[in-house]
Amino acid sequence: MGFFVAQLLTGMANAGALFLVASGLSIIFGVTRVVNFAHGSFYMLGAYIAYTLMSHLPGAIGFWSAIVLTGIAVGLIGLLVEIVVLKPIYRAPELYQLVATFGVILVIQDAVRYVWGPEDLIGPRAPGFGGVVSIFGQSVPTYDLVLIALSLVVLAALWALFNKTRIGVLIRAATQDREMVGALGVNQTLLFSAVFFLGSFLAGIGGAAQLPKGGADLTMDLNIITAVFVVVVIGGMGSIFGAFMASVLISELQVFGVQLLPQSTLVLMFVVMAIILVVRPQGLFGRPDAAVYQGNSAMVPKPLKPLGLAGKLVGAAILAFLAFIPFYGDNFLVFLFSDIIIFCLFAASLHFILGIGGMASFGHAAYYGGGAYVAALLVQYLQTPMELAIVLAPLGAGFLALIIGWFCVRLSGVYFAMLTLAFAQVVWSVVVQWTSLTGGTDGILNIWPSDWASDPSVFYYVVLVVGAGGIIALRAMAHTPFGYALRGTRDSSLRAEAIGIHVRRVQLLAFAFAGAMAGLAGALFVFAKGSIFPTELAISRSFDALIMVFFGGVQSLGGPIAGASVFTLLQDWLSDFTYWQLLLGVAIIAVVILSPRGITGLLETTGRIGDRFRTATGSNAEVAGKEAR
Amino acid sequence: MLEVADLNSFYGGAHILHGVSLDVGQGEVVALLGRNGAGKSTTMKSIMGLVRPRSGTVTFEGQAIAGRPAYRIARLGLGYVPEDRRIFTDLTVLENLEVGCRAARGTQRAWTSERLFELFPNLAERRSARAGAMSGGEQQMLTIARTLMGNPKLVLLDEPSEGISPLIVEQMAFAIRQLKAEGIAILLSEQNLHFAMLIADRVQVIEGGRIQFHGTAEELSNQPKLREELLAL
Repeated sequence: MGFFVAQLLTGMANAGALFLVASGLSIIFGVTRVVNFAHGSFYMLGAYIAYTLMSHLPGAIGFWSAIVLTGIAVGLIGLLVEIVVLKPIYRAPELYQLVATFGVILVIQDAVRYVWGPEDLIGPRAPGFGGVVSIFGQSVPTYDLVLIALSLVVLAALWALFNKTRIGVLIRAATQDREMVGALGVNQTLLFSAVFFLGSFLAGIGGAAQLPKGGADLTMDLNIITAVFVVVVIGGMGSIFGAFMASVLISELQVFGVQLLPQSTLVLMFVVMAIILVVRPQGLFGRPDAAVYQGNSAMVPKPLKPLGLAGKLVGAAILAFLAFIPFYGDNFLVFLFSDIIIFCLFAASLHFILGIGGMASFGHAAYYGGGAYVAALLVQYLQTPMELAIVLAPLGAGFLALIIGWFCVRLSGVYFAMLTLAFAQVVWSVVVQWTSLTGGTDGILNIWPSDWASDPSVFYYVVLVVGAGGIIALRAMAHTPFGYALRGTRDSSLRAEAIGIHVRRVQLLAFAFAGAMAGLAGALFVFAKGSIFPTELAISRSFDALIMVFFGGVQSLGGPIAGASVFTLLQDWLSDFTYWQLLLGVAIIAVVILSPRGITGLLETTGRIGDRFRTATGSNAEVAGKEAR
Repeated sequence: MLEVADLNSFYGGAHILHGVSLDVGQGEVVALLGRNGAGKSTTMKSIMGLVRPRSGTVTFEGQAIAGRPAYRIARLGLGYVPEDRRIFTDLTVLENLEVGCRAARGTQRAWTSERLFELFPNLAERRSARAGAMSGGEQQMLTIARTLMGNPKLVLLDEPSEGISPLIVEQMAFAIRQLKAEGIAILLSEQNLHFAMLIADRVQVIEGGRIQFHGTAEELSNQPKLREELLAL
């Protein structure tokens, strides 16, 4: 009994910080429709800022005021991010805003590393709450009880804010229809900023409050954001009470999971989420009609056209250029371009479901890394030759995508994105925790190409042929009747259904096909590197793929290729700098702000500006000529 | 009070309004009549700043407002009741009114929720109910009440009689006449000529994004051919 209660309390204490961050994310999403991926970064910032403040402010008063000051500081940083990064792109389709928040994650990562250094920091003890209390004979840290109390206080305060104050009512109204709120005289710009401040404030408080318990380190941002998404999705997007209940549920699950199934704690959280979403897609406390995700309705995608002669020539020229790399480049260049081709295929496979299918998968690395692991395991345990492994890997990844997709295509928009992310995390945690099979974080080593392809230049041609073949297959698929049906489901699933398209089946098949192609890229990757580690399945790899696709531009088939090339080159070039993530983050934010349609969009726009400039200077010349006369 | 001159609005590439001009005087009720797709709602949204007109001017009490954000136009005393109601379904009736609440201007007698409940007695009983759980007619009353909470001097009423039972339409006409008696100017868009004739001082008929007729309701009813052409009545 005592043990049970002690565990229960530990779980509730863990839930505290999770709830604070999740409620902030939920509030921000509700009003601004921005899925703020950088919210975990605000939480991390909170921990670090609190560390500094607590070491300067003495005593109990210092400790508690440090928490509040941290909240305010992080709130202001959130406000700054909103004003500088998001305000210029509110009118862009929602998914583009995501990429900007990816950029913010990178910038904050390196900024924190620069200011506080790379070492993990241990938080101070809370004055007066450093000891333990005995509950049913079990000792429970007093600070755990403080955290529980804090989360209850915040829950009550938020309830009061939303139900008893004018700003709270305005926020709830704007969650439903922000344009109408504006037509009633409410300044949306201010409301958005206020909401962003509030959400970031909560994340900052969360980071500060958990400091004495968990310390501060540089992996906090991505670690919590996954859990936060799970919480928000389980609880129901936009529901504060749902976020609270889901935080408790998830935290208890982990605490008790460790006792019962120590090998599968990571998986457990995502399995519960998957079950809940299948049974109740809007989450436990979400309303299906609330938090309507409007997708990309604001954007009217241009119809895709098969490549004309000029396009085909450009494609052929690029292929010819790539084919000549081993002749005039050194091994370094060969490796670099082999990476680029692999990432092009990876990005193109994501673009197939995201750009053409309208399904934003946030966990595409599961199939990329999944394919890589299938290939590596086949070689490791069955001595499968490379050729066969490259054929079987996409089948394995496609099969995995078929299973996961079966769950995911039931949802759409943000919920779809989060469920794909969750499943990718399941795959990742299985690989990490099933050490006997996969080697865990040590990975699988010595997976080399067959003898005939062992020379880097020869293997480069394998990558080129298979990679280009995969990309061409994806492009061709977009122009088949299946591709038309897929675009139909993207533009209006209702109308597609009405003309007899089995929407879910089309989406599922597309998802599996994209997964298989990602798996193909993964198989190439594993033989190119000779080893595979769980990082290839990690959330950051999924983000890479998303950045590449958005960076390049979702609207054109060439986008992911341009995006992957520029991204890989940029990463390679910037990695010489110590703070390359910061530079990359700034570059991403700049591209998103300057051209919400990515690099290909930027090229088109500058092309058009160029035309206008030419005509403008032409007419100016005429005017000048007239004046001269 | 409100003058619209030569307004051109587009949805993407589609040219919806072709030089629409109209005016509403102090305390006047003007009906904008037209079929579905004639451009009534777009005219309303262009005035309110929800659609940005590409050219033309909108002047409200001497101030040029075209191109300003909606919230600033609303703060000048222009109220908007959208066609599809757009009440906040998750909020209670009282909370919906709270969102619309803005201070009264000058000598105006401020609207309070109590005064609005007198005007729309149906709402009074449901003040704590979730707005989404109410009938279409009650929701229509709530949108008007919500807009009135902002103490507007002129209200843009977009098809208030659409999809509402005849009994409620009667009540609506009564309420709108009350507003007129309070000195509030109204620009009313309608397909229902009878409803418009009950309350409008003047009518303008819009078709294909162009104003085709303006005059009094009587003049329009004396021209059956025009009525048939423009309104299919």
